[in-house]
Amino acid sequence: MKVDWLYHLLERLRRRHRPDSGSSATMTLEPHTLKQMVQGIMTTRPDEIGCDHCFEQLDCFADTVLAGKDAAEALPLVQDHLNRCHDCREEFEALLAALRALP
Amino acid sequence: MTERSNEQWIADLSQPGPQRDQALTDLRALLVRGLTFALSNYSAVDETTREDFGQEALLKILAGLDSFRGESRFTTWAQKIAVRVAFTELRRHRWRDVSLDELTDFSDGDFTPSMLADPSAGPEQQTARRMLWDTLQQAIANDLTEKQRQALVAVRVHGIPLEKVARRMDTNRNALYKLLHDARQRLKKRLSAQGLSPQDILAAFES
Repeated sequence: MKVDWLYHLLERLRRRHRPDSGSSATMTLEPHTLKQMVQGIMTTRPDEIGCDHCFEQLDCFADTVLAGKDAAEALPLVQDHLNRCHDCREEFEALLAALRALP
Repeated sequence: MTERSNEQWIADLSQPGPQRDQALTDLRALLVRGLTFALSNYSAVDETTREDFGQEALLKILAGLDSFRGESRFTTWAQKIAVRVAFTELRRHRWRDVSLDELTDFSDGDFTPSMLADPSAGPEQQTARRMLWDTLQQAIANDLTEKQRQALVAVRVHGIPLEKVARRMDTNRNALYKLLHDARQRLKKRLSAQGLSPQDILAAFES
């Protein structure tokens, strides 16, 4: 089974090789990536909200943070989504940066 | 700039005339200034680009004035929209040359986690890791749809923004998040069936 897997891997790498390709394939999953993936899986909850719902409430969440209140307690599903969704978290942090800089 | 309450912003922006013009000028300046700080990590974004983002955001804000519920500051709500406009465009630009097919070529989960060969892990932890990894790999291969596998690898392994992956898969970010949520639920069910507690499963992958 070990030899079959190795053969399969080599075949796939050979198929992927292109002379003008700028990137090389990797079959290694880094520890932190795997750990985050497993954490994300095992902490999955049925009542998670999606990106649209998070976006709808993001302004309230941000104002709550800026007011020094516990936004995670006030809007726990938004906090949960921000913990999981890189896109939304990036936008939230950018929004906070903008709001903190303005009068 | 004139200080306005939420109600004043809505009133000034709702009716054509000099008050609206002034409100638009003030709001645009505020949004563009906010974007300067919001996009401080993006050195390639110049003043002209921020102005463009601000202008586009203004159009969306005016079109969606009725959707403002007054539960936050109007300026926070408006800035949120401007940040969304900016990031949507920046992500589209950043990942434009990335081939989703190429990156998700290993979408059957045929990876080798380097931590499986971690000499610092004890034998029990190594055994647990191997068992759970094999289970996870099989679950990715057998329990997920092709779209779920592709999305999981693109987003969770390669770190491609949801928005980009969604566009390439002819869907939207919200639908993609839900697709991934369903995938995680399936994987969680399979891992949990091994008889270990969630804490034990997480501990097995601690390095």
